[in-house]
Amino acid sequence: MYETLSRFAQTWGFGFFMLMFAVAVAYALWPSNKSKFQAAARVPLDEGDPTDE
Amino acid sequence: MEAHAWIFFTLTVAALAVLVLWAGSLKGRDPFDQTVYDDTIVKVGVGVSMFWGIVGFLVGLIVALQLAFPNIFYFDQIGWLNFGRIRPLHTSAVIFAFGGNVLISTSFYVVQRTNRARLAGGLWPWFVFLGYNMFIVLAATGYLMGVTQSKEYAEPEWYIDLWLTIVWVAYLLVFLGTIWKRKESHIYVANWFYLSFIVTIAMLHIVNNLTIPVSLTGSKSYQLFGGVQDALTQWWYGHNAVGFFLTTGFLAIMYYFIPKRVNRPVYSYRLSIVHFWSLIFIYIWAGPHHLHYTALPQWAQTLGMTFSVMLWMPSWGGMINGVMTLSGAWDRLRTDPVVRMMVVALAFYGMSTFEGPLMSVRTVNSLSHYTEWGIAHVHSGSMGWVGFISFGALYCSTQWLWKRKSLYSLALVEWHFWLATLGILFYIVAMYFAGILEGLMWRAYNEYGFLEYSFIETVEAKHVSYVIRAVGGGMFLTGALIMAYNLIRTALGHGEAAEGEVTSSAPAALQPAE
Repeated sequence: MYETLSRFAQTWGFGFFMLMFAVAVAYALWPSNKSKFQAAARVPLDEGDPTDE
Repeated sequence: MEAHAWIFFTLTVAALAVLVLWAGSLKGRDPFDQTVYDDTIVKVGVGVSMFWGIVGFLVGLIVALQLAFPNIFYFDQIGWLNFGRIRPLHTSAVIFAFGGNVLISTSFYVVQRTNRARLAGGLWPWFVFLGYNMFIVLAATGYLMGVTQSKEYAEPEWYIDLWLTIVWVAYLLVFLGTIWKRKESHIYVANWFYLSFIVTIAMLHIVNNLTIPVSLTGSKSYQLFGGVQDALTQWWYGHNAVGFFLTTGFLAIMYYFIPKRVNRPVYSYRLSIVHFWSLIFIYIWAGPHHLHYTALPQWAQTLGMTFSVMLWMPSWGGMINGVMTLSGAWDRLRTDPVVRMMVVALAFYGMSTFEGPLMSVRTVNSLSHYTEWGIAHVHSGSMGWVGFISFGALYCSTQWLWKRKSLYSLALVEWHFWLATLGILFYIVAMYFAGILEGLMWRAYNEYGFLEYSFIETVEAKHVSYVIRAVGGGMFLTGALIMAYNLIRTALGHGEAAEGEVTSSAPAALQPAE
C-alpha cells in the first residue's frame, strides 16, 4: 500500500504538479493576456463604488 | 471548560442583545444597501486589531522581562502568570489576535474595493468577525487556565477548534460570495492571496486538530495521530501557518496597500501571478525542516530542506515586485513614513526569507535549532515583516475609512517608525548573538571528550542579551502606543487630519509625474 501510493505520488503526482505549474506560468506570460493584466494592475488605484459598471 | 461555557454564553447573549437593539433602531432603513461599501465592520476591525496588537506586545514584553529578571517577574502566588502559560498567550495574541484581525479587516476592505461589490451575506461578516474574536477570548483564557493541547500555534482544545472551524467556513463563504458578485471581470491578485490564506488555513486547522475528546463536558482530548506522524502533521501545520497566515495573507496587504498608497500599479502583474503560484506550489512541502535529526525519515527531512531552499526565489520575486512598485516615486520614502514602513517591512521579508532557507539546511540547523537564533529569526519576520506591513495597512485604512486628508501627525509616525525599527534591531541582534553563543556552547567539548559547559552556564551567558531584548521589545511597544494615539486622533479628525473630508482615498497631492 505504502509502496504503491508513494510510487504514484512520485511519478503521476509529481508530473501533474509540474504540468499545473507550467500552465500557471504560461497563463502569466501569454502575450495576449498582456493588456488584461495591465488593466488589472490598475484596479486598486481607482476606488469606485459598487454601482460602477 | 465550565468557565468557557459561561464566557461563551455571556458573550453570545451580549451579541444577541446588541443585534436586537440594532434591528430596532433601523426604522425601515436598508442596513445592507448594495450601492455602498460596508465600512463599519472594517472600522471596528481596525480598532480591535490595534487593541490586540498592544495586548500581544505587552505580554511579549512581560515574558521577556521574566526571562531577563526571573527574581522580580516570577509571581509564585499567581500561577496564571507563569512563563509557561503566558508565552503561548503572547504567540497567539500577536499572530492570531493581532495578525488575524488585521487580515480579516483588511480582506473585507480590499475584497469590496477590488471587486466593486459590497460584502456578501448580510450579517454573516459580523458573525465571522465577532466569532473569530470569541475564538481569541476562549483560546487566551484557556492558556491562562491551563487548557492546552500543547501543539505550537495550535494550543486551543477540541471545542474551541470546532468553533473556529464554523467561523472559518463562514469567512470563506463571505469572501467567495463577495467575489461572486464582482463587477470587475478579473479578480485582482490580492484576492488570490487572501483566498489561498483562507482555504489553506481551513485545511491545516482541520487536519492538525483531529482529536478525540475524553468526554463531551471536559476540555481534554487526544490526538488521532501518534509519534512521528503527529510531529510531522504538527510541523506541516506549523510551517504552513507561517506560509499561509503570516506570508500570503500579508502579501495580499502588500499587493493592495503599497500600490494604493503610492498611487502606482504594481511593478509587474505577471510577476505577481508567478509569485503566487510558485509560493503555493512550494510552501506546503517545507514543514519537515522543523524535524531535522529526529525520528522522521531522512528523505522527508531532505525534502523539507530542498523545498525550503527553493522558496527563496518566489519570496525574493515578491519582495522585488513590492519594492519596485515605488520606481519613479522613490521620494515617497523620504516624505511619507507610512510608505517607508511598508518598504522596510519588505526588507525584513527579504531578510527573513533568505535566512529561513539557510536555517533549513541540516548542518546549519544543527547549530541554530532550539537556540535563540530561532527566536531572532521569527521576530525579524513577525515584528519586521508582519508588524510593519500591518502598521502600514492600519495607518492607510484609518486615514481612508474616516476619509481624512492626512493622518493626525506624520511626526508621530516618524517616532513610531524609528522606535520600532531600532527596537527590532536591538531585539534581533541580541538574540542572534545569544543564539549562536549558546549553540556553540552546547556543542563544545573539552580535551577529554566531555561537554565543556553545564546547561546553566549557557543560560547565564545569555543574561545581557535578554536585557537588551527586553529593551527592544519595550521600544516596539512604545511605538505601537504612539500609533494607537495617532490613529484615534486621526479618526476623530484632529490636527493635520482636520482639514475636512476628502472624497478620494488616494492622496491627491505629492504625486510626481507619471
